[in-house]
Amino acid sequence: MPPDLEDVSASVFTALADPNRRAILASLAEHGPSTSTDLAGRLAITRQGIAKHLALLTDAGLVTSSSGTGRRVLYRHRSEPIRIAQSYLAALAADWDNSLDRLSRFLAAP
Amino acid sequence: MPIPNKITRTLDLAQPQDKVWAALTTLEGLTSWFGSHAEGEVAPGHDVRMRWQEYGNAEQTLAIQVVDPMSVFAYCWSINGAPEGDPRRTYVEFVLEPTAAGTRLTVTESGFAQLPQEWLETSYQGNVQGWGAELAELVNYLNAA
Repeated sequence: MPPDLEDVSASVFTALADPNRRAILASLAEHGPSTSTDLAGRLAITRQGIAKHLALLTDAGLVTSSSGTGRRVLYRHRSEPIRIAQSYLAALAADWDNSLDRLSRFLAAP
Repeated sequence: MPIPNKITRTLDLAQPQDKVWAALTTLEGLTSWFGSHAEGEVAPGHDVRMRWQEYGNAEQTLAIQVVDPMSVFAYCWSINGAPEGDPRRTYVEFVLEPTAAGTRLTVTESGFAQLPQEWLETSYQGNVQGWGAELAELVNYLNAA
């Protein structure tokens, strides 16, 4: 069974619906792998909030964690689910109605 | 919320097939209703590069797949919004049929619900192997010049 594309995009949109989670993802995208302490230092989110959001983002496949040096856990942004959601957005962004309106008008022009 | 894999539109046009065909398969035609600039050759195995002024000069390359005079025109292009180098392509097909009043044009764009290639190479490799092989074949088919 392939991963369910519908489930993957649903979890991406759920994850992105929250401004704090968007801030965490944007920070990981901008600064690269970071610890929860790094994130708490950069963002106006409590450490408890950071931990809760990182858990949800990990479940959604948008973030992975790995052990850094010592006991530091590094969180890393993962792009694959975003690319699946992109397919969904591409289908919505396809502008055939406007293009075909223009085709009809062009063909009808004398 | 299923990902729509396929988008279909049908137009009943008052114009004869040859006029609709020319609008779809000549650079003059394509730039009259579709993109603002087009260059290349509308022939299977060739590319047509198009630009859209109204979308911030966005560019797309149409890899022409089928030019079956007066009846089928098809090309592949990349997924809208995907980063450069993303191998995914959707397949766009225009089918023309004569009607009493003129021409019926059916446009289909398919392949939106594709799995990104990178996904196959990472953690999900095990459980998507069979499906991944099929997808790779599809991508090869779509990319075949």
